[in-house]
Amino acid sequence: MNYQHDVVIVGAGLAGLRAANECKDLDVAVVTKIYPTRSHSCAAQGGIAASLGNQEEDKWEWHMFDTVKGGDYLSDQDTVEILTKNAAQTVYELEHMGVPFSRDANGKIAQREFGGHTSNYGEKPVKRACYAADRTGRVTMDTLYEQSMLSKIKFYPEHYVLSLVFDKERCIGVAVYELASGEVHFIQGKAVLIATGGCGRIFNVTSNSFSSTGDGFGLVYNAGLPLEDMEFIQFHPTGLYPLGILISEAARGEGGILKNSKGERFMEKYAPTVKDLAPRDIVSRAILTEIKEGRGINGEDYVYLDLTHLGKEKIMKRLWEITSFARIYQGVDPVTEPIPVTPTCHYIMGGIPTDDKGRIIKDEKGTVAEGLYSSGECACHSVHGANRLGCNSLLDVIVFGKISGESMREYTSKQAHHLLSFDPIAKEEKRLKTLRENKGSESIDAIRTEMQKTMTQHCSSFRNEKSLTEGLEKIRNLKKRYENIEVKNKGKVFNYELMEALEVGHQLDAAEAMLFGALNRKESRGAHYRDDYPDRDDDHYLKHTLVFKSDKGPEVRYKPVKITRFQPEERKY
Amino acid sequence: MKVNFRIYRFDPEKDAEPRYQNYEVEADPSDRILDCLNKIHREQDPTLSFRMSCGHGICGSDGMTINGKSALSCQKLVKDFEKGKEILLEPLKVFKVIKDLIVDQEPFFEKYYSVKPHLIEKEPPPEKERIQTQEERQKFEDATRCILCGCCTASCPVNQDPETASYIGPAAIVRGYRFINDSRDGAKEARLALFDNKDGVWGCQTFWECTKVCPKEIPITMEIASLKKDIFDVTKHKK
Repeated sequence: MNYQHDVVIVGAGLAGLRAANECKDLDVAVVTKIYPTRSHSCAAQGGIAASLGNQEEDKWEWHMFDTVKGGDYLSDQDTVEILTKNAAQTVYELEHMGVPFSRDANGKIAQREFGGHTSNYGEKPVKRACYAADRTGRVTMDTLYEQSMLSKIKFYPEHYVLSLVFDKERCIGVAVYELASGEVHFIQGKAVLIATGGCGRIFNVTSNSFSSTGDGFGLVYNAGLPLEDMEFIQFHPTGLYPLGILISEAARGEGGILKNSKGERFMEKYAPTVKDLAPRDIVSRAILTEIKEGRGINGEDYVYLDLTHLGKEKIMKRLWEITSFARIYQGVDPVTEPIPVTPTCHYIMGGIPTDDKGRIIKDEKGTVAEGLYSSGECACHSVHGANRLGCNSLLDVIVFGKISGESMREYTSKQAHHLLSFDPIAKEEKRLKTLRENKGSESIDAIRTEMQKTMTQHCSSFRNEKSLTEGLEKIRNLKKRYENIEVKNKGKVFNYELMEALEVGHQLDAAEAMLFGALNRKESRGAHYRDDYPDRDDDHYLKHTLVFKSDKGPEVRYKPVKITRFQPEERKY
Repeated sequence: MKVNFRIYRFDPEKDAEPRYQNYEVEADPSDRILDCLNKIHREQDPTLSFRMSCGHGICGSDGMTINGKSALSCQKLVKDFEKGKEILLEPLKVFKVIKDLIVDQEPFFEKYYSVKPHLIEKEPPPEKERIQTQEERQKFEDATRCILCGCCTASCPVNQDPETASYIGPAAIVRGYRFINDSRDGAKEARLALFDNKDGVWGCQTFWECTKVCPKEIPITMEIASLKKDIFDVTKHKK
């Protein structure tokens, strides 16, 4: 089938829904490979950052400084300014839509401390995280979905995007695979927004959903567009051991303390001023250092997150979800026992390069890719730089989701639909037929497992040239093996094996771009730490990596960082 | 350890009737049932279909019937079940099966949309946030935990009975409760009127099954009862 809409949004998480709501007077389609209300945004727990100043003095300029410093000065400061200046208004808008924020004693939106968020340019932690208990993402997504039900937004649930369709240089829609029927359709749009989220499932321990496979990265990369700063991958310090399920930083924002096997509050050593509320890259490396030096609990690969001094009432009111996770998956009751935690792959700072309007750019000069937009975790508006602060991602997806929606409205008002000069469906049907009929000797599962092992071993918190080179070699080998896969399920109805085969292809592309970017960045900055180059090198690497696909493998180019208000300084907490 | 599963299978392309298939999985006691399903799908039988996403009980994708009870497969661990005994996995009851453990969610979502699940403003909002006290906010705290997994509705004997299947079901009522008790909402009476009929809150016969199975421990039956009382109070007041 051919469908036609003004705007086609890929992904029904917070970014996609916020964008859809912004242009809902147009004919908008939202395509998602899962069901609406299931997207990974629902797993966001701790809050959304905004300098409301409800509990204590706060300013957007402090928030901007913290974001830039938290990102180890790699953030583009023009977009960080947009992010932080618009934060308060963004949160008020969400409240007006109905998001059930928790409240302070005066009935205003409650705020709590979070890693790296400080007052007066680094003086002390500040209460900036606006929250709804520890289910901020869940209730915000419910609210935005319920808002979109008030309009005529058309949802395509359980439709997997196969490719972006171009007519010459302009993106004119997406080819999709309908899981329920096995049919291929073309959904035409005057503008297409990629809001496909993150890719934590490239690693073997992650807080991310099974659906976080980085499909958007593969889609744009294979369309000849670059990926930006893919080497910057965030490992959240407190994943529930051993599954990696997120235990929100809110636990530390509320006063939780990390302890090693000696019962020491070890963060005092690594970040004397803000201690447990240091940014995530620093806390993760501290935990891994404690473990490496033999101070993991019982000699194992985890430390303790102790909340027992917070009291039952506070824990049950503000941290209900994480308490239930610890009880269900570890049999640990955080009210009376410390929680075993270890770093878990959580977020990618890099992604699809965009400008400040959410338009995808296709080179280091900032040339716009016509008809294409991106927002959410998959996009790199370059606000998070080399390390994202907690609560800045919900802010990012809402602020830039909205901006992307506005941009698409403006763009589509001047555009007519292209008359199709070719059949986008036939090409994809042929590709799927080949994949289905391929009698290969490789299993998808074996390749995926090997990829996850490789990335965890070679591209985690500590990296070096030798290890990255080996990792890259392994991924290239897996890419060769991938050409020889066999999809054993030949059915049409809900054939998840076929979808997973396509996902693994995207994952391998993203993995290669990560390793390649990391290998070429010979410095340590934010979440990218190289044993062999332990210092930040602003002379050579104060720039953004762009990785392009070419016949000879990935190619790297660079573009400058936009610095407006804050000159790079040494990053200490 | 070895764990045995008996799983409901139905492929609309091949099967006239549903059937059951047995699988044996090597699993750790701490593995989720969802992990076992993935092992079956990835290592033994790629034709087995089931939904999943977050894997830790917050997205609501993987509701199913486990040994006769509605539950999320990612919230149940192997060690939660009697060792050596077969674990029976079936699709959610009440819902129409599409394939294997995958059910048609549309009718469930239609009922949820029918309760107008969005804030209806009393008046245009102020420049900043509306004020709501902690006590007012706490009134509907439990209801904000709902993840729309459908476990409650699937376990409700009223929904299960074809005679009374038009009952709107616990999940939709919980969402109604969430807005009726939100001090920012201005449509309490109209919302209560929506539920004041035999398929609304009066359909509930207080079996407590929804409350027993809710993966997010929402006191659903109490919330339904609270709406019954609200309706009674409003009606009495009018008389």
